[in-house]
Amino acid sequence: MFDIPLQVLLGQITIGLVNGCFYAVLSLGLALIFGLLNVINFAHGALYMLGAFGVYLAFQKLGVNYWWSLLLVPVVVGAFGALIERFLLRRLVGLDHLYGLLFTFGLALVLEGIFRDIYGSAGLPYPTPASLRGLMDLGFMRLPIYRVWIVGISLLVCIAVWFLIERTRLGSYLRAGTENAKIVQALGINVPLMVTFVYALGAGLAAFAGVLAAPIYQVQPLMGSNILIVTFAVVVIGGLGSTAGAIVTGLALGVIEGLSKVLYPEVSSTIVFIVMAIVLLLRPAGLFGREA
Amino acid sequence: MTTIQEAASALKVDNLHAWYGESHILHGMSFTLQRGEIVALLGRNGSGRTTTLRAIMGLVDRREGIISIGGTSAIALPPHLVARLGVGYCPEERAIFASLSCEENLLLPPAQSSGGMPLEEIYTLLPNLAERRQTPGTRLSGGEQQMLAIARILRTGARVLLLDEISEGLAPVIVDRLFDLITELKSRGYTILLVEQNKYFAEPLADRFLVVERGKVAMALTGAELSAKADLVDRTLGV
Repeated sequence: MFDIPLQVLLGQITIGLVNGCFYAVLSLGLALIFGLLNVINFAHGALYMLGAFGVYLAFQKLGVNYWWSLLLVPVVVGAFGALIERFLLRRLVGLDHLYGLLFTFGLALVLEGIFRDIYGSAGLPYPTPASLRGLMDLGFMRLPIYRVWIVGISLLVCIAVWFLIERTRLGSYLRAGTENAKIVQALGINVPLMVTFVYALGAGLAAFAGVLAAPIYQVQPLMGSNILIVTFAVVVIGGLGSTAGAIVTGLALGVIEGLSKVLYPEVSSTIVFIVMAIVLLLRPAGLFGREA
Repeated sequence: MTTIQEAASALKVDNLHAWYGESHILHGMSFTLQRGEIVALLGRNGSGRTTTLRAIMGLVDRREGIISIGGTSAIALPPHLVARLGVGYCPEERAIFASLSCEENLLLPPAQSSGGMPLEEIYTLLPNLAERRQTPGTRLSGGEQQMLAIARILRTGARVLLLDEISEGLAPVIVDRLFDLITELKSRGYTILLVEQNKYFAEPLADRFLVVERGKVAMALTGAELSAKADLVDRTLGV
């Protein structure tokens, strides 16, 4: 264990941190949606995939550059999410949770199926924007600039969402709605509109992660399914009811996963689920969750 | 000068039926509250008093009949639009939110109309809440939570208050303070529909009493009639 070069260790921690950022941004949206809608959003991975295809297609078909896509793709996918909630998911309100799960699962299959039909399962490359290419020399190690950018911008977005939820008036509506949506509505707040907004926000965050992922992962129809399972584990480990908890858990699990690749590679694909099992045994409500 | 708006009763419920799933709970509730009136719904547990308030707010699965608030029909409105007609609802479970501070709880319901009680006045009236404004809502004592649940609907400018079992489970000294608060609200002309188990709390406050049985009004009494028919009422209430 001690003969591992420092560079390799730091390299894996960086990669882990990058993955952790994706987990954090995705699990944040997933937890928000579950909190207010009580829907386990299986379409979250497909929305992330839409973000990656969005940036890819905008570039290929329309010549839109990375920076505009980073801004516009999440907005477009968010609007798509709003339509899904308003016209489809809303019909399931009042039914068993299972219906929401089945519906979003089906939606994910449909979306992935459409893209697989048109673009196949092979990954499509997306070029890293010119200004983010190359390496950054920190003296003791070199980091790809694009990975530093992912960590920086993801943390910024996470902090912005945290601020929105924990420190603003709208955020207090969301937190109250997560506890008891009916009473919040009886106090005069337009809860149905808030529900649409939250689903759109979750979809937009997922697409944002997808845009960030396009240059470093292959853009392909099933990219969301692969990351979604780990993201669910992150939400379970972090526990519902804490925005900061979702962010911290996402980052920490990314790093743990990265470290496991150096220290004991055989366990690296299951480490997240081992952590999940341990956490559930010790704290069933999750690390930051409130006990019911 | 009376406009039509002012002439309309503050709250009119006529032949109201309500359901939770397949359970038919209200079987034709009918009553009217004039502006500034306090009316208490008395009755046993399960008689439909809480459901009456929830049906007015639109928190039941299905409802039929007439609900009119200040002359506007509310039977087809979703809960947030009922609230915006100037109705403040204080549920039995108080619904103070744990993830919100005391002040966030207080500021939660958006102002519905001008004329709501300003924050400073609420804090003058209920100094405990001012001291604990940063405390998470559910860390407040039961009495403070109840004060908070009432205060937050006063801030919105609501003039019709639906208060469900506000004296329940509180120490006598707190119940006395609640009594003073409702008396103060009465003098300010609020229209209040009270659901009360505690007859001794409601009796000196309310102008009229409606005894609810099996989802409809079984007896409508004034204060004088209530004391005259105390035996009959007590038997009906099972106390």
